[in-house]
Amino acid sequence: MLLNIISSILIFTGVFFFAVGVIGLLRLPDVYTRLHATTKCDTLGAGLVLLGLALQGNFVIGLKLVVIIILLWIANPTAGHVIARAAYNSGIPLMKGSFALDKTSKEKGS
Amino acid sequence: MPQVYMVAAISLLVLTFLCLIRAAIGPSAADRVAAINVIGSKTMVIISLVSFLFGQEFFLDVALVYALIAFLMTVGVAKYMEKGVLG
Repeated sequence: MLLNIISSILIFTGVFFFAVGVIGLLRLPDVYTRLHATTKCDTLGAGLVLLGLALQGNFVIGLKLVVIIILLWIANPTAGHVIARAAYNSGIPLMKGSFALDKTSKEKGS
Repeated sequence: MPQVYMVAAISLLVLTFLCLIRAAIGPSAADRVAAINVIGSKTMVIISLVSFLFGQEFFLDVALVYALIAFLMTVGVAKYMEKGVLG
């Protein structure tokens, strides 16, 4: 019974973080700020929902879910970084009023 | 507990359709790739919830493979967007 309550709290907290990420994806003004919202909120939300599910199954199911969580925590920030680097190198502009300290540009020769 | 799984899965489905709005109107290609990445991670969580809802534990393997394929798709599309070629 207590395990069910803890699991429900974890699952609904994860869904709340997913909702925050989607609001950021829809409302923020820029590619980079949208990536800032979605990658963190998605990683945390998926981790919490899968952790809440892992408390409910037996050992093998819990182990599979922990493997999925570790894979997501490696893959999701990597995907966000790759998208941001591709967007910056292909010249998508920042939002109006912001500036970049450019250390990765190809013109500078690094 | 099945009610909890059902409510969470339906909420995530609604949020997925809200992500499709950004994937449709996104001004640049990077917006669309970011939205599709979010949809992929949400779909993975929905598959895990459906696995617990129906009591079929092999759906978790489907979720694992889906997460891997979504990550590969994101990296491939981002590389194509940056360099213009694949490989």
